[in-house]
Amino acid sequence: MSTTTSSAGPARAVLAAEARLFLREPATLFWILGFPTLLLVVLGAIPSFRETGPDGTRVIDFYVPITIMLAAITAGVQSVPAVVSTYRERGVLRRIATTPARPGQLLSAQYAIHAAAVVVAGVIVTAVGRVVYDVPLPEAPLPYLLVLGLVVAASLATGGAIASLASTAKVAAAIGTAAFFVLMFTSGVWLPVPAMPDVMADIVRLTPLGAAALGLEAAQLGDWPAWRDLVVVVLWTGGLGAVAVRFFRWDS
Amino acid sequence: MTMIEVRGLRKTFGDVVAVDDISLSVEEGEILGVLGPNGAGKTTTVESIAGLVRPDTGTVRVAGLDPLTRRRELTRVLGVQLQEAALQDKITVAEALDLYAAFYERPADGRELAEGLGLGSKLDTRFAKLSGGQKQRLSIALALIGRPRVALLDELTTGLDPQSRRNVWELVERVRADGTTIVLVTHFMEEAERLCDRLALIAGGRVVAIDTPAGLISSTEAPTVMSFRPDGPVDLARLTAIDGVADAREQGAGIELRATDGAVIEVLDRLRADGVRFTQLRVVESSLDDAYVRLVGATREESEEVSA
Repeated sequence: MSTTTSSAGPARAVLAAEARLFLREPATLFWILGFPTLLLVVLGAIPSFRETGPDGTRVIDFYVPITIMLAAITAGVQSVPAVVSTYRERGVLRRIATTPARPGQLLSAQYAIHAAAVVVAGVIVTAVGRVVYDVPLPEAPLPYLLVLGLVVAASLATGGAIASLASTAKVAAAIGTAAFFVLMFTSGVWLPVPAMPDVMADIVRLTPLGAAALGLEAAQLGDWPAWRDLVVVVLWTGGLGAVAVRFFRWDS
Repeated sequence: MTMIEVRGLRKTFGDVVAVDDISLSVEEGEILGVLGPNGAGKTTTVESIAGLVRPDTGTVRVAGLDPLTRRRELTRVLGVQLQEAALQDKITVAEALDLYAAFYERPADGRELAEGLGLGSKLDTRFAKLSGGQKQRLSIALALIGRPRVALLDELTTGLDPQSRRNVWELVERVRADGTTIVLVTHFMEEAERLCDRLALIAGGRVVAIDTPAGLISSTEAPTVMSFRPDGPVDLARLTAIDGVADAREQGAGIELRATDGAVIEVLDRLRADGVRFTQLRVVESSLDDAYVRLVGATREESEEVSA
């Protein structure tokens, strides 16, 4: 224990402490880092998912970006609102507010840690897909990473909005779970967006993860995502982020 | 130098008036105790000083700083122990001390603080696994780890066992010896008398009295408690008729009365004149407890009259 570390600023100290605490949550770690990979492996075990279709692609190929989105959704709407609303309810934010550290640094640390966890999940999923099922790496890696970045931002913004609007940790958990299923559906976990019936696909394409799913598919095949899909994700992210900021309370 | 200055503080939460009108000042190096019944406005006052509560009207200055607009500068010189504020469940005592130490430029030695508060063996224990008293002591340690010039301690020793309470008192005395100005909210008269230079009695959102502990005790109408055991019947009405006797009542086989210093002699004269013999005569100073009950009770009756 070194209590004389004054060189490390409060923000760094908060980030380090929160990262350490994050690693002590086995359930969170499993659902963000382990489960998406597990799902990919299980789906890949279905023979028809590995058969090459008439357009030269396989279903399993699309499940790599989908399971990465799943990690982002889990981190964003399951974990973030739970942590933030609990911190608020228990007075952790209030306590921090009386010190030279700002409670905002605690929130930033949480967002940064969850974003980092999704990046790690993405690397694991991609590696497993590549090694186990021979899923090709995206042919347009930059647009692919850009869309994934937007997915992380949209998921965290959704989680932030939930944490801001929910009055208690219990309410946040309930809204988070509802949002979780909606986002999973729109991202194509059950049925990839390109395979959805037209009317459904048109609607899903207006949701942040539905649009992102199409963008990722395009990047996977080497094309730039359609502008309208990028715009949809950006607008949702901005809107939800604004809600998160506007309605946030430090105090329960 | 005045370290804390509160003027005309008022704060309402909806229809509830938490603080009606509070003014008080605390000099540098002083310990001000804040006493009062639950819901009197003590915590709201402390939280206004800490900048956590925005007053409806009134001004607060801490070390010359407005807690609302100069928060950043204030937090560097202020240590706060809140009544209800938890830490992250899985953070250990040592990690919490390290984390909070990293917030300040010249922090105190966290391990030493923990030892002094009897937390030396709990350094690796997670917050959620600490007992209520241990959480409370950790909270005190975190309030003091930045070597604050001003410390606000809300319900310092509530929930602590007598030994821990003494440890905390010694720590507070050491901190005061270093020149820290302290505001402490307490429900314990013994604590208030031992630690505080002055006491502010708050009731109904107002300061009912502010004085040294001795001053508060002697400010009551009947600061002396006299008791004796008569060998025969005594006419209580004759005793209460004496100027300066507040009340007289039978207490077991004896009689106890509250009176001014001067009235004690009168009572003795009256008893002798009536030929009453007695044993076990005791004349003691009324306690802070008595003073508290009288001062706070008086405002309570007043406010009831007003509302009726």
